[in-house]
Amino acid sequence: MEQVTFFVTALIAVASAIGLVVRRNPLHGALFLVVNLFCVAVLYLLLRAEFLAAAQVIIYAGAIMVLFLFAIMILIPGRAETGRDPFRRQRLAALPLGAAFLLLVGVLMWGGPPPGGAPPPPGGAAAVGRLLFTDYLLPFEITAVLLLAALVGALVLARRRA
Amino acid sequence: MSAVAAELGIALAKVSFLMLFVLNLGGLLTWVERKQSAVMQDRVGANRARILGLRLWGLFHPLADAVKMLTKEDFMPLRADRVLFQVAPFVSLFFALVAFATIPFGDVLRVGDREIPLQAVGLDVGLLYIFAMLSLGVYGVVLAGWASANNYALLGGQRAAALMISAEIAIGASIMGVTMVYGSLDLMEIARRQGDLLWGWLPAWGLFLQPLGFVLFLTAGIAATKRIPFDFPEGESEIIGYFVEYSGMKFGMFMMADFVETVVIAGISTALFLGGWQVPYLAADGFAFPWGAMVPLPHLAVVSLQVLAFSVKVAVMCWFLMLIRWTLPRFRYDQAMRLGWLGLLPLSVLNVVLTAGVILWV
Repeated sequence: MEQVTFFVTALIAVASAIGLVVRRNPLHGALFLVVNLFCVAVLYLLLRAEFLAAAQVIIYAGAIMVLFLFAIMILIPGRAETGRDPFRRQRLAALPLGAAFLLLVGVLMWGGPPPGGAPPPPGGAAAVGRLLFTDYLLPFEITAVLLLAALVGALVLARRRA
Repeated sequence: MSAVAAELGIALAKVSFLMLFVLNLGGLLTWVERKQSAVMQDRVGANRARILGLRLWGLFHPLADAVKMLTKEDFMPLRADRVLFQVAPFVSLFFALVAFATIPFGDVLRVGDREIPLQAVGLDVGLLYIFAMLSLGVYGVVLAGWASANNYALLGGQRAAALMISAEIAIGASIMGVTMVYGSLDLMEIARRQGDLLWGWLPAWGLFLQPLGFVLFLTAGIAATKRIPFDFPEGESEIIGYFVEYSGMKFGMFMMADFVETVVIAGISTALFLGGWQVPYLAADGFAFPWGAMVPLPHLAVVSLQVLAFSVKVAVMCWFLMLIRWTLPRFRYDQAMRLGWLGLLPLSVLNVVLTAGVILWV
């Protein structure tokens, strides 16, 4: 049952990732990304990381991507505005880099699964919360400061415009 | 093999019970909406639909509505995004329907030596799951606005997105107090903890422990349903909203999503603030009143009472939400934004700080 779920979800995830890259329409691309994020959340759920799955859906799919859509809908640039394809050089680099990445994945897969340690700890909210406030307190607090800085920065920018 | 089949059967039964509960209540709400508004405005209300001369106070009107919606022309604008235009109403309704999955409608039901928790999905982060589903529901609305190739619809979708984001942040912040008091995100656990008694007589419902949180959640929850007084994404009578290009059953699905969301908000507020399936002083083996009287009850009677209590509470909350819908006029866009960001959010944070202080020092 879990294997079937995994393979179906993985298939949709890969297909939506390809769709994101291939589609010309930026809105369709963004929607494929939403599907992809949702599939990754299901994979987290299969790994018993329930809190992570919920947070992934709420924050990425539910909040950030809605803002993306918002921006794309309002600011969607036509071809006349962007001029010639601004990503020409990046396109040249994409092929060798992609091949190198595939090679890396292939080599890792060839070695079989990594030696399994202890089974993963339960990923419920209580366990995650305990870890965040004990072992990972410093990164957690630093992230909080970072987010606060971003928030203040956004406020300053908005004020200057107004 | 038979154990697996039994598990599957139980899961199927629970899911179908919840689906029928939510869908039927949602359908019934269209009738309640008409009749209640009629009573409040001193009118008779819908009473014309009849089958074999039977009128039943207009109870056949939801059926008549369904027949009307299904037989109307299914129109699509020429320049619409063909796929997204079709998918949008399904997205909207789907996420509204699945949001109910983690809301418990009773305690554990014992059949033989099998214990069945009366909850479609027992999830450790059940509360977060509901918010995830509610926050995904906005995609249907935004996509409908965009895919219609209509500027007014697009603007309506944008208003919806802005409203949903501000409402969701307020919802998330307003229920933090509840999770702090009961120490869990599992809705079954939260419902169980609400069976405790304060000072030996008052049930420890969220309503009594988190009065401010309840008001804030309800306000933000009404905003999340996109109904009056927060219906500026739709505004079907004058400003025109996201579903202006939809007709027939696809339009009906958007309307249904609103009603289902009303049921979901009623369900969450029941589970978090009104004791869920708890009946005051009813323990697992019968009533135990604070003045010492005991009324022992068989297990099945206790479970039935719990399910009944949950249903009644949800129905009462639905009625209350309808009452508000027919009492207040519509907020303007900027008024609703100000209410969300400058009213609900700071008050929710204040609620969290106050709750933390009380838990720490009392």
